[in-house]
Amino acid sequence: MTPSRTAFAAILGKDLRAELRTLQSLPAMALFAVTSFVIFRFGLNRTSLSGGLAAGVLWATLLFAAVLGINRLFVAEREEGGFDAIRLAPIDRSVLFTAKVAALIVYLLVLELIAVPIFAVFFLNSARALPPLAMVLVLADIGLAATGTLISSMAVNSRARDLLVPLVLLPLVVPLMIAATAASEPLLLLGGVSYHRFGTWLMVLGLYDLIFALLGYAVFDFLLED
Amino acid sequence: MYGKGLRPLSIATVVSFAISLSLVFFYAPIEADQGFLQKIFYLHVPLAIVSLCGFVVAGIFAVLHLRRDDPRWDAYSYVAIHISVIFAVGGLITGSIWAKGSWGHWWVWNEPTLVSFLIVFLLYATYYPFRYAIEDRQRQARYASVFAITAGAFVPLNFLAVRMSASLVHPRVFATAEGGLPGSMKLTFLASIISMALLWTTLVKFELSAKSAQGQLKRLRRALDAPSGPPSSRIAPEVH
Amino acid sequence: MADERQTEAEPAIELVGLRRVYGERAALEGVSLETPVGSSLVVLGPNGAGKTTLLRILATLLRPTEGEVRVLGCKLPDEAWKLRGKIGYLGHEPLLYRDLSGRENLRFHARLHGITGAAAEARIEELLEAVKLAHRGDERTYEFSAGMRQRLAICRCVLHEPELLLLDEPDSNLDIEGREIARTLLGPGLGHTRVVVTHDPERHLPDADQVLRLEVDEPAAVS
Repeated sequence: MTPSRTAFAAILGKDLRAELRTLQSLPAMALFAVTSFVIFRFGLNRTSLSGGLAAGVLWATLLFAAVLGINRLFVAEREEGGFDAIRLAPIDRSVLFTAKVAALIVYLLVLELIAVPIFAVFFLNSARALPPLAMVLVLADIGLAATGTLISSMAVNSRARDLLVPLVLLPLVVPLMIAATAASEPLLLLGGVSYHRFGTWLMVLGLYDLIFALLGYAVFDFLLED
Repeated sequence: MYGKGLRPLSIATVVSFAISLSLVFFYAPIEADQGFLQKIFYLHVPLAIVSLCGFVVAGIFAVLHLRRDDPRWDAYSYVAIHISVIFAVGGLITGSIWAKGSWGHWWVWNEPTLVSFLIVFLLYATYYPFRYAIEDRQRQARYASVFAITAGAFVPLNFLAVRMSASLVHPRVFATAEGGLPGSMKLTFLASIISMALLWTTLVKFELSAKSAQGQLKRLRRALDAPSGPPSSRIAPEVH
Repeated sequence: MADERQTEAEPAIELVGLRRVYGERAALEGVSLETPVGSSLVVLGPNGAGKTTLLRILATLLRPTEGEVRVLGCKLPDEAWKLRGKIGYLGHEPLLYRDLSGRENLRFHARLHGITGAAAEARIEELLEAVKLAHRGDERTYEFSAGMRQRLAICRCVLHEPELLLLDEPDSNLDIEGREIARTLLGPGLGHTRVVVTHDPERHLPDADQVLRLEVDEPAAVS
């Protein structure tokens, strides 16, 4: 058996290299996010956002932008035979899950590195919220990547690929969004950063991450069978 | 083979509903604050509880399907989700009526149980388009099982998150199902929940035997066209 | 590598009553055979007779519905994990990523098979030389012709020095030179056990130690 570390690095490296070369997902995700901010500016008719409204706009935008990337996560495996190549290799098949989750986390972090500062420039009057917000972002990314990878790997083998990811993923991440928005809301208050129940919500995010990461890891084998 | 026991089960369901409904209307007292409308409680809560249990049971069937690689468990899981989704619709409608009667609105966002229930329903409603978008049958069954397991794990997590987010807990008439209830209401509630669970089981069995009859009919037709193996009664019901 | 191969009398492939069903339709029905180590099995048959299905079962990509399958001493599907890595599979799809170069693709497969560093680089260069693609190895395979992709797929197939080659129309898209190259890398005569699915019996029958004829809705015949 090939050591899982080697296989993990091979798959993750392959994905990042291909994305860097073709730029198929990331620019689309970032552009989508920025345009959504502009639409919210007019839809809500606000030039600055605070508290719950700010958290809602930020997370709704990030979630929908993430769906774009999640849709494409396994397209190369499906269309270019990568699923077979990986199934033929003497590796633990769960490595494909962990490598794809890692790739998706990288995409989401890059997206947020672009979109969140722009969000702050557009709508917030200070950058004080950003350091604690980064913790929320990272924890939410892990959960979103775990469920996103699981759904994407199934949707890509279906007739209605682009439809299934948003359809199934959205209800599945409702708890994640509840926790992420609730944790961000006090951070984004106009009056200044507040940490009301911050730790509690981070724990809910962590619980979500743990449950769906373990679940995805456990069932992924069955998704590769034929 | 799925039809076996269906008749006594149906009779038991009818009898238990006759008992529980007469308890609801003639025995349980009229609640002081809400009046007659409160009796929808005996319908709403059992529907919700039975459908949630049904979802969990479907998840267990799905685990067995992946473990044992037997398509019959997938059929059980499918039918359990199917009937539970129908019960969930009933639960949402009766919940909405109750909300209108007691709070004056068709929908209340600060009743966490109802909101969680809506989210669970929305997730399970995607089971059908998800399942039927996958063409290969074995793969369809496996993916559907993974869905059922994932959604099963989602249910408690979702209840936790929604409950925590409800900063303003609405004053509730019944603190808990057992605690706050007077004895006569408790008895009626118990009878209601038993009859609802019996109804769920009957419908699941009925649906399974219908599906398996369909599957056997198809197989017999095919056997008449091209004689090969004999039709087996132990083949999984058709859920495609 | 050669001394690791089984030398006992145990056959490389042993099928007893193999059956595979898709939904209600049987793609393979009652295939039984024994193929000795180091020999070539040629599989013939019309479209839809289950040739590719058979190959994918042997490659651990598909689960048999019924019957016993032993490949290189591993019982399928239970011991598939032991078998992977000893198989070189060349299917209809080249299993190459379009956005990676030829070298990157081979490097990716080498790492999946646990071959890294200088050993991997040396093996990749050796193979690219052999298929005459060394000068174009840094181009994205997106730009390759079908024949070039097939040559690269042959490299991918033998990269990890497999014991058993499963070849589905190995000559497809290849020119005369390409076929010769395929022969030098895929055998016969290189010590591999080979299963070759083909529509071109004239070319492959002379190499065959054993022939399996698959027909639609008819029992398979071994000769």
